[in-house]
Amino acid sequence: MLAPTVRRSVCATLLGAAFAIGAALHGNAEETPKRGGILTYMIPADAPPSFDAHRENTYAVVHMIAPFYSVLIRLNPSNPSDTTHFFCDLCTEMPTPTDDGKIYAFKIRQGVTFQDGSPLTAADVAATWHAIIFPPQGVSSARETWYTMVDKVEAQDATTVVFKLKFATSVFLPALADPYAMIYEKRILDKDPHWYEKNVMGSGPFWFTSYDLGQSIKGTRNPNYYHKGQPYLDGFVGILSPKQAVRVDAIRADRAQMEFRGLPPAAVDQLKQQLGDKITVQTSDWNCGNLITPNTRRKPFDDVRVRRALLLAIDQWHGAPALSKIADVKTVGGIVFPGSPLAATKAELEKLAGFWPDIEKSRAEARRLLKEAGAEGLSFEMLNRNVDQPYLYVGTWIIDEWSKIGVHATQKIVPTGPWYEAMRDGDFGVVVEANCNGVVNPVMDTQKYLPRAAFTENYGGYEDQTEIDIYNKMLHETDFARQRALMRQYETYVIDTKAYGWPMLWWNRIVPAWAYVKGWKISPSHYVNQDLANVWLDK
Amino acid sequence: MFRYIMTRVLAVIPTLIGAATLVFILMRLIPGDICVVRLGSGGGSFSEHSVQMCHAELGIDRPMIVQFAEFIWGLFTLNLGNSMWSGKPVVLEIAARLPISLEIALLAAIVAIVIAIPLGTISALKQNTWLDLVVRTFAIAGIATPSFWLGILSIIMVLDVTQAITGTPWMPPIDYVPLWKDPIRNLSMTLLPAITVGYRYAAVSMRMTRSTMLEVMREDYIRTARAKGLLAKIIINRHALKNALLPVVTLLGIEFAFLIGGLVVTEQVFNLNGIGRLFVLAVQNQDYTLTQALVMLVVAIFVLTNLVVDLLYAWLDPRIRFA
Repeated sequence: MLAPTVRRSVCATLLGAAFAIGAALHGNAEETPKRGGILTYMIPADAPPSFDAHRENTYAVVHMIAPFYSVLIRLNPSNPSDTTHFFCDLCTEMPTPTDDGKIYAFKIRQGVTFQDGSPLTAADVAATWHAIIFPPQGVSSARETWYTMVDKVEAQDATTVVFKLKFATSVFLPALADPYAMIYEKRILDKDPHWYEKNVMGSGPFWFTSYDLGQSIKGTRNPNYYHKGQPYLDGFVGILSPKQAVRVDAIRADRAQMEFRGLPPAAVDQLKQQLGDKITVQTSDWNCGNLITPNTRRKPFDDVRVRRALLLAIDQWHGAPALSKIADVKTVGGIVFPGSPLAATKAELEKLAGFWPDIEKSRAEARRLLKEAGAEGLSFEMLNRNVDQPYLYVGTWIIDEWSKIGVHATQKIVPTGPWYEAMRDGDFGVVVEANCNGVVNPVMDTQKYLPRAAFTENYGGYEDQTEIDIYNKMLHETDFARQRALMRQYETYVIDTKAYGWPMLWWNRIVPAWAYVKGWKISPSHYVNQDLANVWLDK
Repeated sequence: MFRYIMTRVLAVIPTLIGAATLVFILMRLIPGDICVVRLGSGGGSFSEHSVQMCHAELGIDRPMIVQFAEFIWGLFTLNLGNSMWSGKPVVLEIAARLPISLEIALLAAIVAIVIAIPLGTISALKQNTWLDLVVRTFAIAGIATPSFWLGILSIIMVLDVTQAITGTPWMPPIDYVPLWKDPIRNLSMTLLPAITVGYRYAAVSMRMTRSTMLEVMREDYIRTARAKGLLAKIIINRHALKNALLPVVTLLGIEFAFLIGGLVVTEQVFNLNGIGRLFVLAVQNQDYTLTQALVMLVVAIFVLTNLVVDLLYAWLDPRIRFA
């Protein structure tokens, strides 16, 4: 027999649950997508160099043309925050790999057509992936290095595409879900592999209507789209606008309903204040973070004690809450995206230099190391990119942190071109850079910390075979637990033992939209979930 | 007159060649690499091989002298090449943006002329009165206020006022539609920037009109005209204003040419896809061909405007025509 108080609690809980279920059902009933309308959104960039998503790296390409194209697999568009499960777009079901995880055979949907009316077959999918992984002479593929594990890709028949890998690896599927891997038509690729640089022709939810050079892009609903019932919108207009103030004003005046990349907290607060509940805000940890790289070829950064000292001086745990109010950074994390199962737990992180929970102890150790290295009162210049959010905020904060151990640093702020030039030439002491990735693929995403011999875009200037060996073991490891242990070893080596790169706060993606825009879900990357098929207007 | 025109036209050629050489050298002195900017623009990684392929594709791996010769030859044959960033013909890139810049410049010039010449004249004629003081204050404020700041302020004001009145904030459209396609939408987008830019333009011209009018009104021939008993209206319109306008025309011309490529920040504030924004983009991206073409365009516009100003001088002042 239950005591009256317990009975009351149980009753209240059951009643609450019943209300919650009812409300949820009611809510779902209300959330039946409506068809029609034009979505106007801002693209926070200038015009990209070309329309060829295989060639380009900028998100502007994805924000402009993703709605026109299909991909082979993708994250769940209804829950793109789940970064570990992959779903078919053009395939009919996710394959079970054979040959010890080295062969993936994808069955391709039938009845899919390109905008020009020609049918999409396995040959188109295979030709696309062939062009991405093994680009022909004179054609550049921005992400070909992601697919070093692929030995062969071929169309077995009209409905089957087979990927044969050199070795089984967990990085393959996330890499395959790359939103830039838009499916092109084989006939066109064979005729002119550069055709897609200046033209758009896909099989996605929308048909390409027009592009006003440097200004806007328009699309209309594809009536033959293979995900039945979608897209809900009649069309869309994407307006290029690099200036944040214009984008915020445009959203405020409903000239545009949203932008997908993300706005800084102050801009979002301003919109909320001006529009109240007419605006909804979605937030997510972002698979992007600033990374501070010391140049190990330059004194005193060739001394691991100095590198460790500078890392130990930074109090990320206390800095994060304050900085997140003014900059689009939020979560303290190691080298792996915090939402990933491969990421370090807080307890694991707190053992690494730069993440100790006791900042006084950490700074005392930093001072001791600087003294031991003969670098007391160290003074240097830190290179930074002239991008406000969050480069300059993070840079300014770090300099203040260093001042607490008597280190005097100044910032040299340069535009993107000279910033890259200085990094590539090794013309810096310490640099604020970023590691920004799409679909969360931790092993691939942490390549940035590999020495230049293994990863050309590492600017730290060090060579270290031990590190490469740990990484390669991790890359080939298919057992999750063992891979996770190797990731900890790799992370500890990079951050704590050698202090080669200092991961700073992970970015925070904040996307405001008019409340009547429904269906779109935020993901940890602004490259992901941009085809707009599930977006609808409750108007 | 023909000799005068020919001398002016021939003087254009060395100016253009000098500008071409200067922009070619200066662009290559800026640190950075278009391929690295392009490949790294998403924040992702790229290989050295991709950079080399990009260099070869754009032809920037060739000797500098070859690139220069190609550029100069292109100028002579009016083939400006393709943008290194977009791969599209430079002419197309510019043609897409020129109408909006031209429209803003024209509207701003109209705003400036309509405000500057009458107010400048009145201010001179009513020197040291309260009216003069008001006009001068208005002009000084226009010179002191950056147009982009005024632009930002005007947008915020429009948003706030419309929200206060109607409950729904309104702002001008942010995607350009040509005047002949939708005049109302076009003008509602271009009027605000034209007024904000035109205000500064008017302020400068107003000061100039006032000064030159004051100077002219003290000339002997004006005194003579007065002594002859001519009506004040005729003295001002026929004798004073025409002469006073000589330096004002020069100023208007120079300002107009500047507006074509110089509205860098204002275009960004109003999201205008014009030549100024393209200029910044081209330099940022280190797009040599496009920057070179844009500089040459602006130089050509300046030279052409100067030529027109010189011809207007000749029309306004017969002493120049017959010298």
